[in-house]
Amino acid sequence: MGAENTMPVTSGAAEEIRVESLLKIFDARHVLDELCFSVAAGESLVVVGASGEGKTVLLKHLIGLMSPDAGRVLIQGIDLKTASPSESIEIRKKCGMSFQEGALFDSMTVFENIAFPIRRHTRRKTREIAERVSQCLSLVRLEGIEDRRPAELSGGMRRRVGFARAIALEPEILFFDEPTTGLDPVNTAAIGRVIDHLRRELGVTVITITHDMMLAFRIADRIAMLRQGKFLIDTDPENFRRSDLPWVRAFLEGKLPEGEEDAL
Amino acid sequence: MNPIRWLEIIGTFALEAFEELGRFFVLLFQAAYWLFRPPWDVREWFRQMVRVGWDSIPVIFLTCLFTGMVLALQTYQGFQRFHAEGFVGSVVALSLTRELAPVLTGLMAAGRVGSAMAAELGTMRVTEQIDALYTMATPPVQYLVVPRVLASILMLPLLTLIGDGIGIVGGWMVAAGLFHANTFTYWEKTFQYLEINDITSGLIKAAFFGMILAGTGCAKGYFTTGGAEGVGRSTTAAVVTGSLYILLSDFFLTKVLF
Repeated sequence: MGAENTMPVTSGAAEEIRVESLLKIFDARHVLDELCFSVAAGESLVVVGASGEGKTVLLKHLIGLMSPDAGRVLIQGIDLKTASPSESIEIRKKCGMSFQEGALFDSMTVFENIAFPIRRHTRRKTREIAERVSQCLSLVRLEGIEDRRPAELSGGMRRRVGFARAIALEPEILFFDEPTTGLDPVNTAAIGRVIDHLRRELGVTVITITHDMMLAFRIADRIAMLRQGKFLIDTDPENFRRSDLPWVRAFLEGKLPEGEEDAL
Repeated sequence: MNPIRWLEIIGTFALEAFEELGRFFVLLFQAAYWLFRPPWDVREWFRQMVRVGWDSIPVIFLTCLFTGMVLALQTYQGFQRFHAEGFVGSVVALSLTRELAPVLTGLMAAGRVGSAMAAELGTMRVTEQIDALYTMATPPVQYLVVPRVLASILMLPLLTLIGDGIGIVGGWMVAAGLFHANTFTYWEKTFQYLEINDITSGLIKAAFFGMILAGTGCAKGYFTTGGAEGVGRSTTAAVVTGSLYILLSDFFLTKVLF
């Protein structure tokens, strides 16, 4: 079962993210095993894989929340591990991350949550902040909830507010950790539409971790499958759909590959 | 039990203790680093000062009032035996300013404020709110730890000063009200032997205790693992460790300061 890479590592556009021989070991298990790939500016990479394969670990390395045991992650040419605190802050201002459970500040209202990065990093006036907050909320179909607290929201709403907060600073790179898990089909479509809009209209680079193949096919320029610490396949959606690799077929058809019943 | 096993247990305990102490100092050094770098979130600093200082006044008031009262009660009865009742005011004032007010304020604040810090930061850690801060280009230590440590260092001496005053008044209430001591003599003896150094060194100790309790509470919360159970463990550990560090450091601080 060999890896299949039918896409060039980068397209003609400038390289936004570069991952070189990324290694992460937990309890002697190679969660990321010398993983290499890169993402061009404006490109949308979707990483899929079974639960526990290390997708979230990969995402945390890309945003700098985890340090690799070996290898490096370069965002716009800057190595996150060796960057100075001010360099690191400048890079992170250009990135937005939407967490699986929203990770909203529960001591703040929805408005304060979304306004937080704007207040922190810009000198916008109160009226401009309010406008941007309501713009972000309407993008995720949640108008009029500015005064509510995270505890008063459903799981799906919290996720979408987290999404709105991630795009508040108009980032150049967006990371999504399972953006549609647990959402109803209408809101799943809305999230897909927003990601699509950000990518196509604003040229935002997007890295998404998901199990949702419908979303993956909608937003991806490339789909990669993480398996045993490496990309089993890294290709465009059409080639991914046509792939004969057993694990890809299993993922697309929702069944275990033959002879792998004990693997999960 | 196998002696090797004993060595293993002692080694594990020592390693854990050093690891914990290391985390405490690393976090404090990081807080010192970020304190002098913009942006300065002054509103958050004031918010924490209100929580640590203003909100603790009732607890410190009652603690120091009754400590001063019981101190006067004990010393008056004891000193009566050798006709030294006139010195009760001095004993109460010196005990409170030099030792009891800073230590009791530190211990009460460790229970009230240190535990709240550990619980708050611990919950933020397990619900990825600290990770979210980081991804929003906001150093979590700068936003969360700096205001708490700073507020505690500034507020604990003020609370101690209040405690000093309230405790001395409590002592006078017992001496004058219960034992009919002469009010003039009580206050005269109080200020006759009380030096400014007694008060300032008590306040310096309180500032150290503030740093210790906030550093312990923040470190316990910041490095929480293990979900809701982990938050509970961190909260308890913040109070126990914070109180222990306060009592241990009290001896060395007293040795250096007096």
